[in-house]
Amino acid sequence: MTTEALETKPGMTRLVEPAHGDAIGAWLRPHRVVLVLIAAGLILLMVLSMRWDWLPRYAGQLCLGLWRTIWLLVASVALGFCFAVPLGLVQVTGPRLLAWPARGFCTLIRGTPLLLQLWLLYFGVGSLFPQFPAIRDSVFWPYLREAWPYGLLSLTLSFAGYEGEVMRGAFAGVPRGELEAAHAFGMSRFTALRRIWLPRAFYRVLPTLGGEVILQLKSTPLVATITVVDIYGVISHVRQDTYLVYAPLLFLAFVYMGLTGILVMLVRFLEKRIPIPGA
Amino acid sequence: MRIDWALLAISPPGWGGLLLRGLVTTLEIAVGGYLLGLLIGIGGAFGKLYGGAVSRDLLECYTTIVRAVPELVLIVLIYYAGTDLLNRVMAALGYAAVNINGLAAGILVIGVVQGAYSTEVLRGAIRAVPYGEIEAARAFGMPSALALRRITLPAMIPHAISGLANLWMIATKDTALLAVVGFTELTMATREAGGATKAYFLFFCAAGMLYLLVTLISNQVFNAIERRARRGMPKV
Repeated sequence: MTTEALETKPGMTRLVEPAHGDAIGAWLRPHRVVLVLIAAGLILLMVLSMRWDWLPRYAGQLCLGLWRTIWLLVASVALGFCFAVPLGLVQVTGPRLLAWPARGFCTLIRGTPLLLQLWLLYFGVGSLFPQFPAIRDSVFWPYLREAWPYGLLSLTLSFAGYEGEVMRGAFAGVPRGELEAAHAFGMSRFTALRRIWLPRAFYRVLPTLGGEVILQLKSTPLVATITVVDIYGVISHVRQDTYLVYAPLLFLAFVYMGLTGILVMLVRFLEKRIPIPGA
Repeated sequence: MRIDWALLAISPPGWGGLLLRGLVTTLEIAVGGYLLGLLIGIGGAFGKLYGGAVSRDLLECYTTIVRAVPELVLIVLIYYAGTDLLNRVMAALGYAAVNINGLAAGILVIGVVQGAYSTEVLRGAIRAVPYGEIEAARAFGMPSALALRRITLPAMIPHAISGLANLWMIATKDTALLAVVGFTELTMATREAGGATKAYFLFFCAAGMLYLLVTLISNQVFNAIERRARRGMPKV
């Protein structure tokens, strides 16, 4: 009885999945069956009429490129989110000396194309470094001569800029009463932030966070323009080597669709685990 | 390290003119792509809301695929594969191969990408129009096209404007991706100027300021439009 009562709490209805029979029934409507058959036919035509012999030759490189894409995505999202929390927080509660630069940073990142930021860092800042002997002699120099740190840095800054703006809204949207209650319980400002403000703000951004991570995935191929060989870079090599027009690019599109699909499922899984539905 | 400001001069020894021409091209593509995207979006939104089962499913495929694949991949795909396909069709019909104008291809690419996003924005906005208003238009005997022009489109604008403003920002920034296919818009012009003079840092900062200027001015314009569209509506 108690479990049933839990399951039918009003806030939970949103999370209940449609019954399986309905989902299969929706796919079996006649026009859908025809459309699915046409799609399958098109894919079969693609497989049969296009050249795919390059696929086994480049399999190793493709896996490596895919790994680089995923690695860049995960690292830049994790690091960028760590930047975004203070960026959002100081805009809501910080002194003006911190709030203004934070707002300026978000505007700057959101107002210019990522490709320009990436090229500014790689060609612009990267070309300034060798002029300073102190940098050339430092332990970081071997890293600064490679391309991927610039790619990771610019992806991280971009994610921080966009997500900082989202976090600002989330922090501002947590009901004032909850923070006052934390204060009344004698929590210090830091404890209230750690126990109340940050978790509540995090639950609020979780649905948009999924969208932001997918946008970030779609930004990662830009690093191929500064010679980081991610999955897009590998496909560019294939296109240059084989002069094929369609097959490699279509393959790439399918890979990204698969990655997006996996991300969407992960986000759905996470959203189901939010302790406060509709927060 | 000294900054040579003379490099930004408009007249030929400086590269400012090239940058400004790049900015004009960027704006041309952004405006063209945005308007094309709006047209596709209006058609797509109405197709998704009122269309038959088949057109609804096809539109769903279109928006899902375009939003799941990186813009860069779509741009390269449409730019190279699209022109190749067009030339094959022309050859099959017995015409000579055409050389696709870069500007037209750019507008087409940005428009197809924008169309998917604006379909979703406009669909949400149309659904926010109270159904009674559309029913009243029908009751007065307005044909669908007239009801669309006089009632649905004006009534949905306040709901759509913030999403559309966002899309315009995305359109201006997406044009930079055309640099990857070698098209000389602002970002590519900046890279050329930087490559010739080795003053990458100066030129990229200057281009960043130009993009920022476009964003900030557009923000003001869209705010004004939103204020006008929302007049007479309760404050949110």
